Formats: sequence, C-alpha cells, structure tokens
Amino acid sequence: MADVSLKEVRKSYGKVEVIKGVDLDIKDGEFVVFVGPSGCGKSTLLRMIAGLEDITSGTLEIGGRIVNEVQPKDRGIAMVFQSYAIFPHMSVRENVGFGLTIAGVAKEEKEKKVMEAARILQMEHLLDRRPSQLSGGQRQRVAIGRAIVRDPAVFLFDEPLSNLDAALRMDMRMEIGKLHKQLDATMVYVTHDQVEAMTLADKIVVLRDGVVQQIGAPMELYHNPANLFVAGFIGSPSMNFMDVEVVERSAEGITVKAPALDPVTLPAAGRDYASMAKGKLGIRPQYLSVSKNGTAGALHGTVALVERLGTETVVNVELTRGGRIVAALSEDRPLDLGSQIALGFDPARAHLFEAA
Amino acid sequence: MGSKLTQSNRAGWAFALPGFGLIALFIIVPFFFAFALSLTDQRLISPNPTQYVGLENYRNLLGLAVVTLEPERDESGEIVRDEDGALQYPRVRSITRSDEYSQYAGMREWFRWQSGDNARVVVASDVIFMKALVNTLTFVIVVAPVQGGLALVLALLINQRLRGINVFRTVFFMPVVVSIVVVSLLWRFIYDGNDGLLNNLLSGLTFGLFEPVDWLGNTDTALGSIIAMSIWQAVGFHMVIWLAGLQTISPTLYEAAAIEGASKWQTFRYVTWPGLRNTAVLVLIVITMQSFALFAQIDVMTNGGPLDSTQTLVFQAVERGYGKQDISGGSTISVILFLLVLTISLIQRYLTRERT
Repeated sequence: MADVSLKEVRKSYGKVEVIKGVDLDIKDGEFVVFVGPSGCGKSTLLRMIAGLEDITSGTLEIGGRIVNEVQPKDRGIAMVFQSYAIFPHMSVRENVGFGLTIAGVAKEEKEKKVMEAARILQMEHLLDRRPSQLSGGQRQRVAIGRAIVRDPAVFLFDEPLSNLDAALRMDMRMEIGKLHKQLDATMVYVTHDQVEAMTLADKIVVLRDGVVQQIGAPMELYHNPANLFVAGFIGSPSMNFMDVEVVERSAEGITVKAPALDPVTLPAAGRDYASMAKGKLGIRPQYLSVSKNGTAGALHGTVALVERLGTETVVNVELTRGGRIVAALSEDRPLDLGSQIALGFDPARAHLFEAA
Repeated sequence: MGSKLTQSNRAGWAFALPGFGLIALFIIVPFFFAFALSLTDQRLISPNPTQYVGLENYRNLLGLAVVTLEPERDESGEIVRDEDGALQYPRVRSITRSDEYSQYAGMREWFRWQSGDNARVVVASDVIFMKALVNTLTFVIVVAPVQGGLALVLALLINQRLRGINVFRTVFFMPVVVSIVVVSLLWRFIYDGNDGLLNNLLSGLTFGLFEPVDWLGNTDTALGSIIAMSIWQAVGFHMVIWLAGLQTISPTLYEAAAIEGASKWQTFRYVTWPGLRNTAVLVLIVITMQSFALFAQIDVMTNGGPLDSTQTLVFQAVERGYGKQDISGGSTISVILFLLVLTISLIQRYLTRERT
C-alpha cells in the first residue's frame, strides 16, 4: 500500500508536449479515476506512473520513493490493460501466476497465491482453460487476477472495461468496486466513461489536453464544476450553456439576462463575480422542469425532439427567442413534437462561468 | 454451388483457362509423367521402343547390401599382414563380379568399417546416388536450423526502432534479390584456392599463418563452403518472414511482461517465441523444401565434384535425365525426392502441431 505523488510532471514527444505539468496526490488506499476526452493524455499519464513511458520532467513518487528512473517491475505496481494482454498460449493458471514464474517463486507458494486470486475473483473453475475459451469478461478477470497475485502497492487500470458489452461492463464495474474495498489498495483507473468515474472514484481527475481541469470527489465535480469544460464533461446529457449579460450585482447575488431568458438572480454563494460583465450560464438538463407560463426566468419554446427512456424524458426544446436547450424530465411524459413548452429552473442550481 | 461454379460462369472459366492450362502443362502433367516414366526404360532419344520395367529403376538406385570380408590367411591359417602390419582383404569386386554371389552383381563399394578382424563393406547399386542422398540430407540438416535460427536473430535485431535500421534491413535482404547463379559465380571467386577473397582475408587476419585452402576443390571443404554460401544467400528471405511474425505480436503483451518483471530472455521465452509458433512451422518447412531442391549452386560452383563430394539429388536428376539422356533414371530420383520431402514435411507438421 502506498501513496502516489506527482509533482510538475511533464511529457513531450519531440516538440509536442502532451502532459503539461500535472500535480496530484493520491492517498494510500484511494481510488482515483482519470477522465477526459480521447487524446487528453489520461492514458499517457497512467503509463508514466506504470513506467511504460518516460517522464520528461517533474517527479513521480510511489510510497515516498522517487521512481522516475525505476523499472516498471520495481515500482510495486500492477497494470490491467484494455486489451487484457493475457498470454494466449498459456492456461489461465499460468497467466495468473506469470509474475511469480518470472520471479522464480516456489511451486506451492505460487499455487497458493493463484488459488487465492482465483477465489477473490470467483474464477477457480476457469483455471485450466485457455484464453481462447474465455469470454471478454472472464479474460479481464484473468488480467485482474494476474495483477492481484503480484500483491502490488498500486493497481493501474487502463480503460479495463472498454472492450466489454454494456451489461458485462456494469457487472465488472461493481466487481472492481468490490475488489477495491476488499483489497484496500491504491487504485488508479483511466476511463472515458463518466459513469465508471462517478461510481468508482473516491477522487476524479479531469484532464484536457494534458492539463488537469479539476480534482475532486465525484459529487463535488458534479455540483461545483471548476470551469466550463468540467461542467460540460461531467453529467449526462451535457449541461446547457447560454450566453448571458450581467445586469446587476448585489450582496445577495448576481442578476443576468439573455435574449431567451428573462432576468434571473443567482445567489452569490460566496463567489466573487465582481469583474464579470458577460458570462455563460450553465443549467443541468435534470434541473429544468416544466413550469407554468409567466414564471420569472422561464424559457419558452417548442418541443423539437423527445427521447423517452422510461425513468426520464429527454426533451430538446427550440427556444422562441433563439437557441436550443435540453431538459431531462424525471418522469415519463408524452409530449407532442411542435407543442409549446415552458421550462423553469431553480437559480441556486444554475452555474455562472466566465465567457470563454 | 457446384453447378453455379461450373455452368453459369463461362467467362470466368475462359479467363482462367490460360493460367490453368499452363499450370497443367508444366506442373501437373510432368508430375504424373515422372511417376509413369520412372516405371519404364524411357530415354531422351532412343531408337528402341519404351518398355515397362516395373520397379527396376528404384532397385538400381536404392540397392544396398553389407558384405563381410574376412582377412586373407596363409596356409597355416595365420592372418596375413603387409609391411605396415595392416590386414589384407580380398577385393570387393571378387564378390560383386562373381557368379557365386549374383545378388551383389553390379554393386560397388560405398564405404567400409572394421569389425574385429573382419571388414564390413557397404555396397550400393548406385554409389553416386547414395552420396547425393547423404549430401542432400546433410545440407538440409545443417541449413534448416542454422538458416532459420540466424534469420530469427537478424529479425529480432532489426525489429527495433533505431536510426538507420532500414539500411540494415536492405543489406540483409539484398542477397535474396540477386540471382542465385550470380551469387554462386561471385562466391566462386571468394572461395578461389589461389587468390580468393576468403583466403586473402584469413591470411591477412592471421598475419600470413593461414595456409590457403582450395575451398571448392577439396572434398573436406566443398560441401561446407556451399552450405555457408547458401545460408548467407537466403537468410534475408526468412528474416522477413520472421519479422512479419514478430510484428503480429501485440505490443501490450510486451508491456505486460515488462510490468511483471520479465528479463529479455524471459520475454523471448514466454512472449515472443510462443507468438512465433506458426511462423516457425512455416519457416522450417519452407527452408527444408528449398534445401532439398539444392541445384543451382552445385551446377555453377562444383558440378558435383570434387570426387562426388557435392552431388545432390536434384543435380543428379538433371545430370541423368539430360546429361546422360536417361529420362527414366532422372524421373525415378525426382519421385524419390518427392516422397522424401513429403514424408519430412508431414513429420514436421505432426511434431509442430497445435496441442490442445
């Protein structure tokens, strides 16, 4: 078990910098998830922690030891790959025990550890099979088993569920969550799937173009996104944004308006909007509700698209005074295309960002 | 499906006809012709009608026997020795030409060994064929593993990302592109006994201590010289096949092995080699078949000499069929060669089969 700490970590390929100075502290036993769109550098960062990529500058510490120049095998880590990376010619037993075979561990001890890992992952019955006889989920189990057997201080997962189908992905997600509680190990997990991030993480690191956007607990990111990018990235459907003008500032809050929106006052809630003249108002689709005509701050428009998911109804609204907005109504609600609709929201739950 | 393929596809068949025709005329028909001719006494040009002779051609080639010669004794029964104390034996031809031993008629001594006071002599119907057979097998047994192994080493070396690696790839592959006849001619100069490059090089390296060797004119070195040259010539081809195999191995497997702490040798042993299994089978079978077909080098460099020390099966088949106009004899050698290669290929396939 160990802390992981990154200080001003950078990575360049030639002149192209892909990781632009990451500072991050991961506490012992913490489950940290790196999320971000494709190409944001999240996998590269993980591979740098693993030692599969060199660190151009900055320091990486695992368990209080600087490991920049340490070989992957000596970093006390284990890694699970998206493509499983299990050896096709070996049985499951041999795959799981591979690290021990390499290290020349005695047969009985190896067998014991392999059985232990198999028990944790409930795959004792698979031990004598070949990888070609396994399903995707079982293969990923083998890969995780191989990681467990190494008894690492830090587990690294590189999009481990991306190759699985939706149902299996949910099962394995829960398995990994359970595994974390059971092993109480430090885990670093890379994904582009925000559901995985939200459900598994103690702490989420949002990355964009090699720069950390925000680090925080899932709900903190959801309720208090640090910037437009995080606000738009976390949450599904994405947050609605609307260009607004500041009309008035007072001790209670800030009043903004937009062509499509009547003036609305957001509570200051300790924030300082002093220098802001224009901004972007963010409203989560879930916080929009159908309101009666005439409500202050209401958004009027016509229904352009309806997606009924059973538990919620996602409505795409063409606003009368320009623009579009998406609302996720928390019930099944049949709406006619082209019908008039008015949406209202609680100003306390809206976000105001500096215009980009 | 069958009717569709044969009937409603006339244009297709018409297009395929020239190709099929040529293949049939020059490969399929001659193949069966060889079987048929090997059972006759057909000559290239002969006034006599062709006759069916059954397996006589095979008997003439494969006839083999061991004759035990007792040492000469004087009247008192004492063994006669010459001035050097060596035993005296009757001449082999006293047996092979005697009417008493008609089963040995026409046979000649191939080789002999000492067994107590007696000499055991192996006599063969066709000593040159036997030498050709042994030389060919020697060639195959040396070339297959050495060329295959060397090609693998080269492939591993050039399968790296280094500056200028393409120069090496080109250099190693170049001999493959050059005609074997040209290569053989060049190597005749290299192997020249008086002023050859190899002799000059060796005497230069040993400061003149090395006695020049007539590499191709010496029965001890001729076959070895041809083996060395042949390995050099085609090693690049097999290197490319190995390289193709190497590049099918997923890089994540290497990364997984690195994280598990595998050394270079262990990585090769557990990741690379198992991943090359199918390639290995292919390379081995291709080299074996090519080696059995050894002809051009012999034809250009030694003509089977000196003293039949570089005779090979294909060279003998051509020599007999066209040199001596003995078409049936040449065909018989071809058929024997075919059966030999077939058997060995089947054995190789069996030994390298996928075990489940």
